[in-house]
Amino acid sequence: MPGASSLLTPRGWAWFLGLGAVLVIGVPLLNAVPPAGAALQLPDYLVPLLGKYLCYALLALSLDLIWGYAGILSLGHGAFFALGGYAMGMHLMRQIGTRGVYANAELPDFMVFLNWKALPWYWWGFDHFTFAALMVVLVPGVLALVFGWFAFRSRVTGVYLSIITQALTYALWLAFFRNDMGFGGNNGLTDFKDIFGFDLHAASTRRGLYIASVIALGLGYLACRFIVASKLGRLLLALRDAESRVRFLGYSVDHAKLFVFTIAAVLAGIAGALYVPQVGIINPSEFSTANSIEIAIWVAVGGRGTLLGAIIGAIAINFAKSWLTGSLPEAWLFVLGALFVLVTLAFPQGILGLSAQFRGLRGRGRGAPPAPVPGEEGAP
Amino acid sequence: MFRCVLSALVALLLLPSLAAAADLKQLVDQLGADDFAAKIQAVQDIGALGDGRAVAVLKALNDGALYATTDHRVVLAQPAGDRFKTFDPVDGASLGEAAADALEKVRVNNRLRGAIDAALGSLTLVGGSLQDRLSAAQEALKHPAADGGAALEKALAAEKDPQVRAAFALALAAARIGSGSREQRLAAVAELAQSSAPQVRSVLAQQRDAADLDPEVRRAIDGALSAVEGRLKLIGFAVTLFEGLSLGSILLLAAIGLAITFGVMGVINMAHGEMIMLGAYSTFVVQQLFRAFLPPQWIDGYLVAAVPVAFLTTAAVGIALERGIIRFLYGRPLETMLATWGVSLVLQQLVRSIFGATNQEVANPAWMTGGFTLIGGATFTWNRIVILIFCFAVLGALALLLRRTTLGLHMRAVTQNRDMSAAMGIATARVDALTFGLGSGIAGMAGVALSQIGNVSPNLGQIYIVDSFMVVVFGGVGSLLGTLAGAMSLGIVNKLLEPVAGAVLGKVVVLVAIILFIQKRPRGLFALKGRAAES
Repeated sequence: MPGASSLLTPRGWAWFLGLGAVLVIGVPLLNAVPPAGAALQLPDYLVPLLGKYLCYALLALSLDLIWGYAGILSLGHGAFFALGGYAMGMHLMRQIGTRGVYANAELPDFMVFLNWKALPWYWWGFDHFTFAALMVVLVPGVLALVFGWFAFRSRVTGVYLSIITQALTYALWLAFFRNDMGFGGNNGLTDFKDIFGFDLHAASTRRGLYIASVIALGLGYLACRFIVASKLGRLLLALRDAESRVRFLGYSVDHAKLFVFTIAAVLAGIAGALYVPQVGIINPSEFSTANSIEIAIWVAVGGRGTLLGAIIGAIAINFAKSWLTGSLPEAWLFVLGALFVLVTLAFPQGILGLSAQFRGLRGRGRGAPPAPVPGEEGAP
Repeated sequence: MFRCVLSALVALLLLPSLAAAADLKQLVDQLGADDFAAKIQAVQDIGALGDGRAVAVLKALNDGALYATTDHRVVLAQPAGDRFKTFDPVDGASLGEAAADALEKVRVNNRLRGAIDAALGSLTLVGGSLQDRLSAAQEALKHPAADGGAALEKALAAEKDPQVRAAFALALAAARIGSGSREQRLAAVAELAQSSAPQVRSVLAQQRDAADLDPEVRRAIDGALSAVEGRLKLIGFAVTLFEGLSLGSILLLAAIGLAITFGVMGVINMAHGEMIMLGAYSTFVVQQLFRAFLPPQWIDGYLVAAVPVAFLTTAAVGIALERGIIRFLYGRPLETMLATWGVSLVLQQLVRSIFGATNQEVANPAWMTGGFTLIGGATFTWNRIVILIFCFAVLGALALLLRRTTLGLHMRAVTQNRDMSAAMGIATARVDALTFGLGSGIAGMAGVALSQIGNVSPNLGQIYIVDSFMVVVFGGVGSLLGTLAGAMSLGIVNKLLEPVAGAVLGKVVVLVAIILFIQKRPRGLFALKGRAAES
């Protein structure tokens, strides 16, 4: 529960480790051990799909950290995810080496195609994984730091902040579409071959990436728990509900916000970096404003300000999306649109808040009263 | 050999003086000469004759359809079996058949083709249609004739149409810079300096670099060049300004409804773009109805009918949206944003399911097609001008509504202090619904305008939504003046940046600039002052 002083309760640890073990050991075993086609065997295509969901979950988790706890609804959170993904994609592009269509050791295929002569300076160093990993963290982090510093310093809050974050991702979207940016333009980066020398299409590599995603999500969850359970976490809750009062009490609201905003951007970048090798492509559509808004609905459906809810929401909605776009493609946007409306109107606390909501309806609310709807300032 | 020397001699000695009097048929026969110098001379003479019938002859020559006979005549011949049917090239009279070996093709080389083009040009100066004469004058301006424009002079004397006369005079002046006495040249330069045609600049620059130029003439040309360039720059700026204003008017139409709902109700309506889209589709439906049920001469009126239809349709959708969803979310702006985004997804998919995902064709009515061309080749299209006027009409009507009607008074009151307004007996819920309907209706009218300049597709609204937000945020919330200033400055800045940075990068620069601008003035350009500004 928010505000608890310890990281997790003993029961929480048990659940966390148990579920983690099932995901880390059980799923790969089910995929690898039974013979292909057996009833219990997990098909190969499902492993990267699960990995993808877990990356989305990490992304949603990072948005919940800033939206659910600090009231910052970023509608450009997908930009950090995409930037992390591009950093990883650039590394994977460099790993292709001479196996591209043009077999050029110096340049990726699209640069040869565009008649570029030399590797642009911002591609230097991406041959090394450590450098690329550093960029996965640094690029989104620094962008968030700079952007947040400007925004929070001048007290851009609420819907204004949402709109300028949307403008940020829109600007990046436009920019990455340009061929002369040197990031592959419309097609983005794709045709990856391997990572650390392991073939990306091999089932074992996919299991490895999946396990990495589980571990990243688990660590991300613990990190977020650590933040929200700390004194800073309580400060965030306070400034979410009454920013001016916290300011008057002498706390540095801007620094607290900037800190979580940057942390969230870094987490999103890591999610993007894990996402790219599993889906095999990164292109500018990841920057689209619609994508970023969709992240907010994952969090809202799961339940804001709960961390766990973000994970559940992301996985549930994306599972529904995979299923519906396959069987009823026309219906998906109706369902998604209805979800937006329904969750905001009828279930403001999401899935995790459902039981509390029903208890409240029956007028037998025991224990803590339902948490106030987070993330809202008063009416203007 | 003797024959060609003779014909060249004849051409050189006799023709300049005789050209006007010489019979066209005689000159045509000279096209059969063996050497190209004589042929070129003959072509030039034909051009100088100014006889309209010569056009067909020269074209035939160019196409290789002219043949020389053994008796030194030139005929038009068409193959018929292994023999040729021959015709008189001037009047087309049949001359009977001829054996293939009795005819020799009149060959053409590139120099001769150049002469043919020039002659054709000077012939169309006199004989062509209005359009032909104008384009011939343009051509003559681009490539001033070396002979000082004798043909142009003649054409000018015969010309009646004032527009063509002006074009001829300009071309004549361009031709005269290169030849004639110093006084004539200076006069020509002075005349060109008055012009603002873009071609004049290149003509002047060309002449300025000619090797043997009188220093005085060169100075005059320099003066004329700077005068013309200055005027061209001014015209270019005017064109950019117009494009910027046009873009600004579209942004304004798209953003103004957003500004109202945001200003009065503090509601960010993410489905606003879809209201624009619905307006555009209403226009499409009205057009189809007009086509199906009304006599064809009424079709141009569909746009006039579409404006109220689009307004009412989208206003109804807007009121339904407000009553059905948004009113439950007051005081929770972020959630309103998400809910309206959901509505926008549903509306998009709905339209896609009904009309299909492809673009729908909405035709400009006849009175909105085309445009007018200003001096210097700047074109202003009617549809953009009409939209500009329409946009200001909407803005004016809205200002009147806000200032002069009870509803406007109530809206302003609710904007300033909702609780106090309610205490004074204003039905705030009703005002909210009507405000939302009004904002949505204006978006619908923006859709009518957008259908006239772009594609009508289910994603139409998505294209404009971020830009509309930028306008509102930049201009300041709840201020019509701010929205106007925001839209126009964004439009103009976008168009000014486009040639420098390219369309996409220009837009990125503008977005970054706005993000930075908000740091300085978080409440926009025209922020409300006083307690109302505190949220």
